[in-house]
Amino acid sequence: MRKTRQKRTAEGRAERRQDFIRSLCFLFPSLAGVAVFFIVPFGVVVYYSLIDGVGSRNFVFLDNFTRLLHNSAFLTASKNTLRFSAVAVPLAVILAIVLALMLEARIPLKSQFRTFFLSPMMVPVASVVLIWQVLFNYNGTINEFLMLFGAERIDWLQSDHCQWVVLILFLWKNLGYNMILFMAGLSNIPKDLLEVADVEGASEAYKFFAIKLRYLSPTVLFVTILSLINSFKVFREVYLLTGDYPYEELYMLQHFMNNTFRSLDYQKLSAAAVIMAVVMVVLIALLFKIEDWFGKDVEG
Amino acid sequence: MKKKRYFSRGVMFLLCLIFAVAFLLPTVLTFTNSFMSEAEIKSNYGMIFSTTTGGYVSKTVNLKFIPDQVTLEQYISGLIKSPDYLLKFWNSVMLVIPIVILQVSVASVAAYSFTRWRGKIRSGIFFFYVILMLMPYQVTLVPNYLVSSWLGILNTRWSIILPGMFAPFSVFLLTKFMRRIPYSLIEAAKVDGANEWDIFTKICLPQCRSALYSIAILVFIDYWNMVEQPLILLQDADSQPLSVFLSSINAGEIGLAFAMATVYMVPSLLLFLHGEEYLVEGIANSGSVKG
Repeated sequence: MRKTRQKRTAEGRAERRQDFIRSLCFLFPSLAGVAVFFIVPFGVVVYYSLIDGVGSRNFVFLDNFTRLLHNSAFLTASKNTLRFSAVAVPLAVILAIVLALMLEARIPLKSQFRTFFLSPMMVPVASVVLIWQVLFNYNGTINEFLMLFGAERIDWLQSDHCQWVVLILFLWKNLGYNMILFMAGLSNIPKDLLEVADVEGASEAYKFFAIKLRYLSPTVLFVTILSLINSFKVFREVYLLTGDYPYEELYMLQHFMNNTFRSLDYQKLSAAAVIMAVVMVVLIALLFKIEDWFGKDVEG
Repeated sequence: MKKKRYFSRGVMFLLCLIFAVAFLLPTVLTFTNSFMSEAEIKSNYGMIFSTTTGGYVSKTVNLKFIPDQVTLEQYISGLIKSPDYLLKFWNSVMLVIPIVILQVSVASVAAYSFTRWRGKIRSGIFFFYVILMLMPYQVTLVPNYLVSSWLGILNTRWSIILPGMFAPFSVFLLTKFMRRIPYSLIEAAKVDGANEWDIFTKICLPQCRSALYSIAILVFIDYWNMVEQPLILLQDADSQPLSVFLSSINAGEIGLAFAMATVYMVPSLLLFLHGEEYLVEGIANSGSVKG
């Protein structure tokens, strides 16, 4: 729906100005809301992160940031969150591709499987944590099952294994959504390309790596970003499973934020928010660059 | 060659079956367990939730699919005898429904603007919306908290509804849908003398009906499942939505918790059963942040 006519006449210029005003009218409610609720307060957050107190307002430049980077709670929280993301994001991407490829093959009950895989996304986490507790409790079903094979029981939620429990819950919840994205990506691959590959006798592995994955690269980028954001949201699962004070390995950035909100330390909160915003922007830009480089010959 | 293909298809089918069972199990178990009596729950899971009150407690945990005796006891005590859960459920409804309606309304107008007119400034704004959409709560909650305290709406549902209303996700997705409407339709309307508002309401919106529905579903589940915002913006226990309140049910009422957990997932599951195709369409279209 792009307007390509570029009128150089005075009449055209007037019309373009009118269009601009009209477009702003339509954009106004959203833009005003975004400005009031996100942009302006974020500017204040940046300002707060650079001063020493809401009362005294002395400019201290990076002091708040250096203090934050020496705060052990913040460091633990960042370490845990990053470690969780480093494992969860690749798994969420790879397993979702596997699911999408399986549903692409000619197997019976395809659409039912799609429904089943997607269903966890619609179930609020709060509703299923009870079952998770039954499964992963020290006296729980998983341990009973392990003991059948003579293995030691594990205190899942109160030991170093706790991240696995949360990881499973995370994958359970998010794989369906990612799978749909990959299925959409797979259906956009030109069919004739794959047919040619078949005629030439290409192996399934070659077809996957040389053709499908290349065309999927924008989807891989998007799913990676999405899973990254969702992995930052895993606090929700941890909170519902273990409350405010989880086992140390599960102390996430959001826990840190919640506890800081309780003491209302604006400087700490603002500095943390700014650091995270910067890290997110850098990560996303990096992913964009990687995708550009990887998928450059198929786009266009 | 053919044999091999059948074999691999069989393996895939089996794998899918295993995955399907794993994906469905938690939901199904929650559902069936909600029909058990408190005594049965206690005897099955007593070891885990360590209730101090008497009654038989099994030494091992019995994860059971089918209750010995199907009873609605838990639902009756949760929904009729005590108003607490109903109140929290109502809190959830009163948070989520306004957000869905307002966010989609604001977004549809903005998406029309992004669709109808392009230019450097507007595509810059659109790109900014995408970045904002990708920011985690840890970043957006601090600004939200500040604005709420300035406006004096902390601890009221408006502190969640208003930022939710302007969340850029719907704008992003709806713009993608709207850009597919053929330009000739709009051109024709202009020739007939329609103004922009007419084009928007009489041509664009009807064309996007299914897109609006799929976006509404996505926004609904996102907020129906929320935990972070109410924890920080609603300090008052009475105004918490059921999603937060469920986790604070004490160990003596596990049976009740199962029933209320089921009640809480019913609206979103019904929406899923009704609108799965729309949902899939919506997700599939969110699939790229470029262009």
